[in-house]
Amino acid sequence: MEIEQLEKVASQVRRDIVRMVHGCQSGHPGGSLGCTELLVALYFERMKLKEHDGKVVFDMDGKDEDLFFLSNGHISPVWYSVLARKGYFPVSELATFRKLDSRLQGHPTTHEHLEGIRIASGSLGQGLSVALGAATAKKLNNDKGTVYVLMGDGEQQEGQVWEAATFAPHHQVDNLIAFIDLNGQQIDGPTVKVMNNRDLGAKYEAFGWEVINIEEGNDMAAVLKGLYEAKGRLGHGRPIMVLLHTGMGYGVDFMMGSHKWHGVAPNDEQLAAALAQLDETLGDY
Amino acid sequence: MKKYTFTEKKDTRSGFGAGMHVLGQQNPNVVALCADLVGSLKLEPFIKENPERFIQCGISEANMIGVSAGLTIGGKIPFATTFANFATGRVYDQIRQSVAYSNKNVKICASHAGLTLGEDGATHQILEDIGMMKMLPGMTVINPCDYNQTKAATIAIADHDGPVYLRFGRPVIPIFTDPDQKFEIGKAWMVNEGTDVSIIATGHMVWEAIQAGEMLEAEGINAEIINIHTIKPLDEEAILKSVEKTGCVVTAEEHNRIGGLGDSVAQVLVKNKLVPQEYVAVNDSFGESGTPAQLLEKYGLDAKHIVEAAKRAIARK
Repeated sequence: MEIEQLEKVASQVRRDIVRMVHGCQSGHPGGSLGCTELLVALYFERMKLKEHDGKVVFDMDGKDEDLFFLSNGHISPVWYSVLARKGYFPVSELATFRKLDSRLQGHPTTHEHLEGIRIASGSLGQGLSVALGAATAKKLNNDKGTVYVLMGDGEQQEGQVWEAATFAPHHQVDNLIAFIDLNGQQIDGPTVKVMNNRDLGAKYEAFGWEVINIEEGNDMAAVLKGLYEAKGRLGHGRPIMVLLHTGMGYGVDFMMGSHKWHGVAPNDEQLAAALAQLDETLGDY
Repeated sequence: MKKYTFTEKKDTRSGFGAGMHVLGQQNPNVVALCADLVGSLKLEPFIKENPERFIQCGISEANMIGVSAGLTIGGKIPFATTFANFATGRVYDQIRQSVAYSNKNVKICASHAGLTLGEDGATHQILEDIGMMKMLPGMTVINPCDYNQTKAATIAIADHDGPVYLRFGRPVIPIFTDPDQKFEIGKAWMVNEGTDVSIIATGHMVWEAIQAGEMLEAEGINAEIINIHTIKPLDEEAILKSVEKTGCVVTAEEHNRIGGLGDSVAQVLVKNKLVPQEYVAVNDSFGESGTPAQLLEKYGLDAKHIVEAAKRAIARK
């Protein structure tokens, strides 16, 4: 897909995110908006996905395809929107987000059998371990697919992340690309103030990872280039960590760069102001 | 009283190791994981024959549970192994979210459960694990009673699609069940038919219950003994059928009296048929260092205490 087209998808995904969060007056728009380019680039361009008659199909085992895991499950709006726009389930279902009897739970789950989701996430720090297991299963199955996993930067404060960080190079899990959404914000404020992670790149390098930076994580071309580079480093005995520098709330001016929009829904007025900044490219749900 | 004799004593964890050895040869999807306790879990035969299907996780139990959950995506059947304390309490949230809520086909296999690991003391003697695991929706909870039953259970759970908690232990105890038994998840085993009191026991306490049955017989009391190896799903039918006949119950488990087998049985009785029940269990306390026999005696779990509980239950009829 051309960059322009990907950017159009991203614009629609951003509209979906703010509308979904507004629709139920809860959820996490900030991190979702910030990771939009990454998820669109992965699902619409870089990931090898199972298809039948030109349509994506889902099965839990995901053999011979690339897999994506969302460890920071609270940014479910961006994932749900991308999955729906890719064709995993009807976009109309986005209207049910966080409502009773919905498959689109506040945090992603497998419990309601939503196509595209392979593990529950929300309690932080568990996704990297799960992705390592899935990547190991691929190796045991002689499956050439790649496993992708996204974590938050605040999430790096969870101890389990560092258990997994130690495991991956030891077992040479080199069919995995992990991302940290480096937006510098968490619920209680800037990450450096709440609990300073210091130099995450140096930490992962010291643990034995290949570390790549995508400095412009909200620039589609830069994200595509970074993903291409990361993929090129697979298969050499080391796991890949991509530090994705993003802006929390990117794309909606009043939500940008502040932890205040981590988990707050816009009111009617704010929704209108947000949508005025985002082109409706694929049709609202 | 049916006669139970034995020619050999072994630890239930060795039954687990033997079961894993068989699974390694029979089921190519079985993968073993361990958190730096390979010797304690008796995994050497499996690892020797299937080195590519063994994943050493180091002392990182939370990661081990997550990796196990991930392995199921792709069709593997992971057996995550460590001591019961580190397999449950330490990683409850990981099991809850990545395994139980996600309905992943992970087998959590836990040795050194209960008081009878002995000298290591209370930090390692988990007495709350059955409660924690049975509260998780969809989790199957199994606590076999001897070497043969543990081996059979280990092999059986590989064919069960869904999360399982398999609990076993360290002490060497008599082997008294059939080496060729068919292990049926959720199906109680009638150890001895009787008429005066139902003794419902799990894990290491089944042998204590058999000894108690013999002591009771000497006093003219005819005890029915039932082995509940699967605490969840519970064989309610077997329990109710037994109490219809005996009119009172003793539950025996190497676990806190809060949240274990006794409470599961009590729920069934409250709902269906109220009869007196006596608990043989740890009285809401932590354990301590000592030999297994000393600990069972001090904490009120040995055959003598089952006998006393049976008499109390009968007196309350």
